[in-house]
Amino acid sequence: MREALVEIRGLHVAFDGVPALRGVDLAIRPGESLALVGESGCGKSVTWLAALGLLPGKARVSGSVRLGGEELLGAPAARLDAVRGGRIAMIFQDPASSLNPVHRIGRQITEALRLHRGLDATAAREEARRLLDRVGMPDARRRLDAYPHELSGGQNQRVMIAMALAGQPELLVADEPTTALDVTIQAQILELLTEIRRETGMALVLVSHDLGVVAETCERVCVMYAGRIVEETRAEQLFATPAHPYAQGLLAALPPMHGPRRPLAAIPGGVPEPWAMPPGCAFAPRCPRASAACGAAIPALEDLAPHHRAACFQPSRPALCRPAPELLPA
Amino acid sequence: MTAPLLQAEGLVRRYHQRRGWLGHSVELRAVDGVSLTLEPGRTLGLVGESGCGKSTTGRMVLGLEAPDEGRVTFAGAPMPPPGSRPWRSLRARMQMVFQDPLGALDRRLTIGAQVAEPLTIHGLPDTPERVAELLRGVGLRPDQAARYPHELSGGQRQRAVLARALATDPALLVCDEPISALDVSIQAQVMNLLAEIQERRGVALLFISHDLRAVRQMSHRVAVMYLGRIVEEGEPDAVLHDPAHPYARALVSAIPDPARRGQRIVLQGDPPNPAARPAGCAFHPRCPVAGPRCAVDSPTLKLRPDGRRVACHVAQGEMAPGTGLAEPVRKAA
Amino acid sequence: MLRFLGLRLSRALLTLVLVVSFAFVVLRMSGDPALLIMSADAPPEAIAAFRRAWGLDDPLWVQYFRYFTAILHGDLGNSMRSGQSAINLVAERIPATLALTVPALLIKIGLGIPAGVYAALHRNSIIDRAVMLLAVAGFTVPSFVLGLLLVLLFAVQLGWLPSGGQDSWRHAILPIITMGFGGAAVLARFTRSAMLEVLGQPYMRTALAKGVPWRVAVRWHALPNAAIPTVTIVGFMIGSVLAGAVVVESVFSWPGVGRLLVVAVSNRDLAVVQCILLLVSATMIASNLMVDLLYGVLDPRLRAGAKGNA
Repeated sequence: MREALVEIRGLHVAFDGVPALRGVDLAIRPGESLALVGESGCGKSVTWLAALGLLPGKARVSGSVRLGGEELLGAPAARLDAVRGGRIAMIFQDPASSLNPVHRIGRQITEALRLHRGLDATAAREEARRLLDRVGMPDARRRLDAYPHELSGGQNQRVMIAMALAGQPELLVADEPTTALDVTIQAQILELLTEIRRETGMALVLVSHDLGVVAETCERVCVMYAGRIVEETRAEQLFATPAHPYAQGLLAALPPMHGPRRPLAAIPGGVPEPWAMPPGCAFAPRCPRASAACGAAIPALEDLAPHHRAACFQPSRPALCRPAPELLPA
Repeated sequence: MTAPLLQAEGLVRRYHQRRGWLGHSVELRAVDGVSLTLEPGRTLGLVGESGCGKSTTGRMVLGLEAPDEGRVTFAGAPMPPPGSRPWRSLRARMQMVFQDPLGALDRRLTIGAQVAEPLTIHGLPDTPERVAELLRGVGLRPDQAARYPHELSGGQRQRAVLARALATDPALLVCDEPISALDVSIQAQVMNLLAEIQERRGVALLFISHDLRAVRQMSHRVAVMYLGRIVEEGEPDAVLHDPAHPYARALVSAIPDPARRGQRIVLQGDPPNPAARPAGCAFHPRCPVAGPRCAVDSPTLKLRPDGRRVACHVAQGEMAPGTGLAEPVRKAA
Repeated sequence: MLRFLGLRLSRALLTLVLVVSFAFVVLRMSGDPALLIMSADAPPEAIAAFRRAWGLDDPLWVQYFRYFTAILHGDLGNSMRSGQSAINLVAERIPATLALTVPALLIKIGLGIPAGVYAALHRNSIIDRAVMLLAVAGFTVPSFVLGLLLVLLFAVQLGWLPSGGQDSWRHAILPIITMGFGGAAVLARFTRSAMLEVLGQPYMRTALAKGVPWRVAVRWHALPNAAIPTVTIVGFMIGSVLAGAVVVESVFSWPGVGRLLVVAVSNRDLAVVQCILLLVSATMIASNLMVDLLYGVLDPRLRAGAKGNA
């Protein structure tokens, strides 16, 4: 196992005293693709905004985020500026509002190139055109002078990706990159991300609520619930033999594409409010297997098998769990 | 076959869109000749991407928007003109559920008051007992009648919207992306609830969604829309397992599926602008099997022997598959 | 573009006609200039002569028509009080007014915008709260109250500055501060909220995520966006450089256009009032047009010929 590129330990975030992240441990190795999956409010996006110091000032962040041995939490602004868009780039959900409406997209890309690659104006413009070409923007040279509102959502997301690639990052964090896009455009963008990763060897962290998107794009998956990672394993493992009852519930709640149609196995209830967390396992109130122990203490993320960890007092052992046949890799 | 509850024929809706700051207005056909049929107690799924006209179609069958052409028949009688008295009393029998439950609810009124409102409007008994019964019917507690919308979670709000829609005991429910704004685990709850309500009350559903999995789960028939037209219609498993129209094929293949890794049809280009509708088959610039005929001759929706309706020269067997007409936008990976 | 300008100009003309007509009706209905100017105890023959001389005994619509034809010929009429040409009367007051309003405008912009930006960038800091407190005070306290308070403090109590008149530059200081402070307060509050809105936009996060240092992100990404709504207010302030001084000029007995207007209105001196109204409307309209054109420069989404997106 190679040394981690980014290592997050005990990351806690609270807004006005209300916890949003309650101890996240996560390591990303160079070149790997990792997904953070979970429902709204589970902390999957906050993890990366906190790691890169992009949260608003009222957020209280503690723990440790190390990039190749260098601590990022509390690092001086100049160091963070060099890391952001340099070694770690990030793209966001809504491409239309994530680009500055008053600047041409060429300028927005060259800004990153000049910051991280020190290119002069001419070289930066040429490189911006090459990047736009690279992300499949039709008619790239002319598009350099376009404004974001003149492009479609899919094209704007391509611009965001080009901008992220400007600093030749070792890690790209894509925060719900396709949620605001149509299905066929989502397919284009996921394909592009996978292709770029294969070509450049950068690591990819995909933050998503969509299990399908995650399964297709990533090798390893972390399932998050109420500010913690509850299960972490290889993608095919998760879809074949999920161990945590929440992960199982999420998969079962997904309407199948094949087989008879019957009522979905919905998870009862809703996510607990962050200011009213249950004392023990946050999933216990909704969990079909919950016992007294679950209400008393928070289960730690522990190894079940090699490359498979779950935070549950009664996880399904991989051998005991019946895989959903249609979700198995063909 | 039962008599249809809802029948729409040749619906057309045009908008005028201004180009730029001072530009001329351009005609935009949001819906361009849509016909559909829905039997009592059944569900028709309407799928397509943003701008394909599925929501406009939903509003037109309810009479919330008047079609520029075509007509709607409800329970055997033509739809009265929107806004008229007979239309308003008919509205008790058809209700709409929107994507954003918070936007659909009045923030200043309690849930109970909002559920009672349609009862009062249509002169039905609006007692607290009736409201409590409606709330129980959608899985809310009667004491939640005293809550305000912002005090409920997204899933609970959508349940409240449903309770309000069901208050007048409608025969038809048009659901426009009813689960898109909800979390995965809550989506399943709402889908189950809709199916259960349908079973219990025999209400017909027009289920509008971009999510093919949800549409399969909910529908008895599925219609796929592209640029204001239905391009394929049939049984869900027929359409979703073996789509005949190349657009339906691409759409199905775009469903993220844990079982498949990187072997799908990725459509090139963006969804086209309804204001600049391509000539011939609207899909031809993105179609991998388009031939020269597709650029001039617009295919009509025709019944195939297998009971499906498809609007495609190739899928109808009228021409051999071509190799696509679009300029290759980017090199193959 | 030409169509746009044509449209705007015809709308501006219509506005001018309405303003002039409205003022005519109101002024002529609310008092008799002959009695007001000649004073009520003047001999009846003198009053009748005055009426005849100014055409006041014609039916109202004849007066209105005559008045309008004159305006169309470029003749704004003479003051009923002094007999001088109304244009000259107004024109000779303009420099005095500008001597107050232009420095006040500079204070508004130079103080209000930076204060608003600073407050937004240091939200909830002590300085933010102080700026907002002053800003609230600045636009809740009417300018005549503020003016009188300043007079009490600096002229009466401390005796540092004169309380009124126009003898030296020192006389201009208090009126300028009175006007500048109120406007700066409005602008500070507005800039602050525009800035806060922009700072919360996803594109600001994008800028930081690509490694743009905070100061650069504020300058290059936030300010141009926050400028768009702020321009509206600044445009309005520029539009009111001629008319915005009515109250302050009265408080400080400053012989500008504003005070002329007050006197002319109380005398129902129609030609002078109309002349001032036309001037004020024209500057307002011009500054509005300027703001609209500036929007096009600042916001590419509003630029002509931009592609419509579905």
